[in-house]
Amino acid sequence: MRGGGWQVAIAVLRRTVIHTYKNPAIIIPSLAFPLVFLLAFAGGLSAVSNVPGFTFAAGYTAFQFVFVFLQMAAFGGIFTGYRLAEDYESGFARRLMLGAPRRIGIVVGYLLAGLVRFAFIGVLLWALALLTGMDVKGSLLDIVGLVALGALINIACSLWTIGLAFRYQSVDIGSFMQTPVFVLLFLAPVYVPLALLTGWLKGAASVNPVTLIIDAGRGFISGDPEKVLYAFAASLAIGGLMWIWATRQMKRAEAGVR
Amino acid sequence: MTSVAVSAPGGRDTVHEPAALRQVALIARRSVSRTFRQPELVIPVILFPLILLAVNAAGLQSVTKLPGFPTNSYINFAIVVCFVQGALFASITAGTELASDIQKGFLDRLALTPARRWTVLVGATFGGTSVSIVGTLVYLGVGLLFGVHIEAGVLGAVVLVALAVYIALAFAGIGAWLAIQTGSPEAVQGMFPLLFVLFFLSTMNLPADFIEKDWFRAIARANPISFLIDGMRGLILDGWDASTLLPCIAVATGILVLFFGLAARGLRKRVTRT
Repeated sequence: MRGGGWQVAIAVLRRTVIHTYKNPAIIIPSLAFPLVFLLAFAGGLSAVSNVPGFTFAAGYTAFQFVFVFLQMAAFGGIFTGYRLAEDYESGFARRLMLGAPRRIGIVVGYLLAGLVRFAFIGVLLWALALLTGMDVKGSLLDIVGLVALGALINIACSLWTIGLAFRYQSVDIGSFMQTPVFVLLFLAPVYVPLALLTGWLKGAASVNPVTLIIDAGRGFISGDPEKVLYAFAASLAIGGLMWIWATRQMKRAEAGVR
Repeated sequence: MTSVAVSAPGGRDTVHEPAALRQVALIARRSVSRTFRQPELVIPVILFPLILLAVNAAGLQSVTKLPGFPTNSYINFAIVVCFVQGALFASITAGTELASDIQKGFLDRLALTPARRWTVLVGATFGGTSVSIVGTLVYLGVGLLFGVHIEAGVLGAVVLVALAVYIALAFAGIGAWLAIQTGSPEAVQGMFPLLFVLFFLSTMNLPADFIEKDWFRAIARANPISFLIDGMRGLILDGWDASTLLPCIAVATGILVLFFGLAARGLRKRVTRT
């Protein structure tokens, strides 16, 4: 991306960060929901660790933390596209499309804003989980791997919703932004490992690429990495597809602006 | 609504109000038809709990292997969560629609009529409650299709449905109160994540005795939503058990009386202000 594109990206990033700083209430749901899920799942379902066949070394809190962390990354990405949809409804996005010398910078800018949000909430989530005694058996490199997976999910979900925002240019698409992500997340081993799932859900989780990512994440936090290559390959593949989707929708919106 | 002027002795006219139930019916008819004309308000409310049920019933089936778990089939344990979720969603719908009526001035115009305050509230929340009624029947039907066994029998199923509707009406009172307090649909919707937090901190996933974290167990035991869930769950797992059923009815009644009472008081102040 040439200089003009980076200028646009940084301008979008700066505007989004300042807007969030001036409206801290925006960030509250993004932090509160992962916390509630962590409390509800790790706190309320810790007895699951007594189920015959459950052998996760780092304990049930760490087991659930990985899901909650990746879920936070995914929904943080959804919010990125929702922000662009809001900007379309206010008219700002149209003006941006007219004024930006290189419009790919708009996509990159919102993407970077999503990553900043992910980093901020991720740090808080980690801090709270560690303060409440979560056991982390992975090395620093393992944790970097887990965070990298989260970042890739955040990017993929951001691109998915950025594409939708360019296409529909309205917040009415909000539910449709969330639904596929929600379905993919929950058709994965949320509460117990894949081996302890039964019936149709086991079949669905077995073919769900998100299962690879969650399993790899859990491997990282327990110090026993598994399916790492497959997880990163799946994340990058999904991210790549979503990049194509988002940029195509941006070009479609571009054609409407001219 | 029509009123009838009657000449009393001495020549002065006296206005007789229509019956209160007729007032409720008229306002409720509007609320119900408005709600069901918007499929986006109805379908997710019914589908979402079913999706969660499907995922949880399959995902947590292994939990039934824990010694002493009250059932071998997790769907028996989890089905009642749908009813309570449906009631919560219904209260969002009821509150949002009432808040929208306040915002658009409809409630102020209604206040000029002879309609009583409590009939306005009950009627206006009927849209959300009726969605919950439909949802309850769907959840029960799907549950029975997928093997839910109700220990309390056919009568227990009838009581279960009645209880679910009663709870939905009680929660609609919460929605009504929030609507009256805020007068804004967005504010009403913004408050409901708090209710969902309460929902998660309950016995929705495990019985209280199986919750290992002391703080969580204490919160779940004190949580009114746990009483509602356990009362309905008792009909399915244990049959007729007054120790769970009566507290469930008492808590639902308490919520209904408290929040409709607060809403009626708030409505009086709101109407007085205008």
